[in-house]
Amino acid sequence: MSRTELGALADAAQFQGPIDIAACDVDELKAALRSMLKIRFVEQQLAAQRRDGHIGGPVHLGVGQEAVAVGVSAHLRRTDRVFGGHRSHSHLLALGSDVRRLFAEILGKDTGLSRGMGGSMHLWDKPNGFYGSTPIVAGTISLAVGAGLAAAMQKTGDVAVAYFGDGAVEEGVVHECLNLAQILKIPVLFVVENNLFSSHMHISLRQPKDATVRFAHAHDMAAELVDGNDIVEVKRAAGRLIERARAGEGPGFLEAVTQRWYGHVDWREDIDVGVNRSTADLDQWRRRDPVARLESALLSAGHMTRAEGEEIRRSLREEIESAWATAATDPYPAPEALLARVYIDK
Amino acid sequence: MNYLSESAAGVSYGVAIRHAFEYLLSRYPEVFVIGQGLWSPWYVGNSMTELDKKFGKHRVIDTPVSELACTGLAVGASLAGTRPIVVHPRMDFMLYATDAIVNQAAKWSHMLGAQDAPAVTIRAIINRGGEQGAQHSQALHSWFAHVPGLRVVMPSTASDARDLLIAAALCNDPVMYIDDRWLYERTEDLAPVKELDLRREGPRVRRQGKDITLVGSSYSSYLCEQAADVLAAQGIEAEVIDLRVVSPLRPELIIESVRKTGRLCVVDGGWRTAGLAGEVIASVCEAVDSMRARPVRVTLPDAPAPTSRPLEKLYYPTKETVVQAALGILR
Repeated sequence: MSRTELGALADAAQFQGPIDIAACDVDELKAALRSMLKIRFVEQQLAAQRRDGHIGGPVHLGVGQEAVAVGVSAHLRRTDRVFGGHRSHSHLLALGSDVRRLFAEILGKDTGLSRGMGGSMHLWDKPNGFYGSTPIVAGTISLAVGAGLAAAMQKTGDVAVAYFGDGAVEEGVVHECLNLAQILKIPVLFVVENNLFSSHMHISLRQPKDATVRFAHAHDMAAELVDGNDIVEVKRAAGRLIERARAGEGPGFLEAVTQRWYGHVDWREDIDVGVNRSTADLDQWRRRDPVARLESALLSAGHMTRAEGEEIRRSLREEIESAWATAATDPYPAPEALLARVYIDK
Repeated sequence: MNYLSESAAGVSYGVAIRHAFEYLLSRYPEVFVIGQGLWSPWYVGNSMTELDKKFGKHRVIDTPVSELACTGLAVGASLAGTRPIVVHPRMDFMLYATDAIVNQAAKWSHMLGAQDAPAVTIRAIINRGGEQGAQHSQALHSWFAHVPGLRVVMPSTASDARDLLIAAALCNDPVMYIDDRWLYERTEDLAPVKELDLRREGPRVRRQGKDITLVGSSYSSYLCEQAADVLAAQGIEAEVIDLRVVSPLRPELIIESVRKTGRLCVVDGGWRTAGLAGEVIASVCEAVDSMRARPVRVTLPDAPAPTSRPLEKLYYPTKETVVQAALGILR
């Protein structure tokens, strides 16, 4: 078994109370709450539709991890360059992507974000800064480094973001990328959502230490380690690193410790196939809920009423149901799409 | 830089590649070059000499030994408004980068709905012989030609070495440009640079003939031309076709030629099994009703490259091998 460097951060029973929102902008917090809830409801919709057989392909859900993408995206602009992996609905939606087009994509429709050619694991929304997500573990990290280098060459002050998980740091290319980004001073933010599991396996069975931030230290890179279920902490840390990167001071590495409530793929919890994954632990993680911790902080500070929370939920549910209904009746790609899209330059 | 706008006599293939880089770097600010050995004369022969001094180390970037990260970087940068050329001084080492090439670059357009594609050029150098052995010798164009979404080009002449590199860099799809060190001293009189549209480029007839069609690419095409000279001395008129673009493969010109000659010999610097030579022959056989003789392929044997001199001599096809194969077909 590995040593824990994360300590309390990896202990689900810790950090369950309301987060500290002192000195925060209330409107920004409310926007973050809405964004997190939206991501959660979209993914819960996907879980249910997948379970009921209405989605043909796999969906990798990140319910429980919403604070990471929402906290990072608070600092991003449309000209930034975001790359993701197999579990990237939150990374996309936190940038303001259209829910109906995400649903359409997952249903293989021509109106989808990737025109029905990608499904859940190959998403694209460049107009909103989402350059692409693909499911080869660590596959897009080097692409983000390149998009960051391009930003530096173009002198736009834009940054690139690479989202990946704790499993990805077991791929050699991550270390090549950290080294390259640091030596070339590339404006890229590496965001590790450390949810302690890679597919079925707990990090203690995969790595000698549980904090992936050690790799940033090894490459002399500016780094932050935070509770990924605390939107305020994530946002502050991401802000510091992104600000440096925009100023030409080089890359940053943000490790956010979190947990996904669903299993590796689809709607199940994977208690049965998980190694070191238990119902008791998962129940604790559900209490360390990034949404509930923000909402209860807002409530107890008197910044929000329960009725407001209900209203946010009602309007999001309505939006999501309507988006699903539209996507479900959207057309599939024409047969010609099979060959016509192999090259962009025909 | 008159040679970019005027004709130039006796330019070697290696120097012609350098001309292409100069042309691109001086006219296209969005082009940059990245790869191992670019600040050193060691790695890439005479094909990039002092480009870093002329255009700056920020546009000609020498890198750590990280083939995958550097190639992925080029792919990502190409999605962000630049036109990178990533250089692999030996194709063997480029295999570390296969994910960025095959899973990412080649798939990008199709899997994301043809809304975006990496305008990246991956330059892979075949550098073999000299008893270097199995991991310093490979010609893996057939692998990459198998992957939809990549364009794979293999120049055999100095003109093509220059103009196909320029065309590759200006193409909006990912292109693998493969050059061969064995061709670096092959010279040609160059016309002024003409920007070619890679989508329109394909095989070309290098020499006309009526008796047999010889097909090659890159160095193999050069072998075919040399073999055709030998055959001509014996009264045999060989038609030589240089593939130039091996993916997407456009076999029409070859089919037309074989309809005329009725005989086909395909020469390839890769292995025999599941290789480019077999693919060319299959494409012709599917289209031609009858031939005067069975087609033949001349390839590497299905074995890794040896180091020992006599074995290495057996390993690579030569002008003589091609002549003998052609005579066998004609017999």
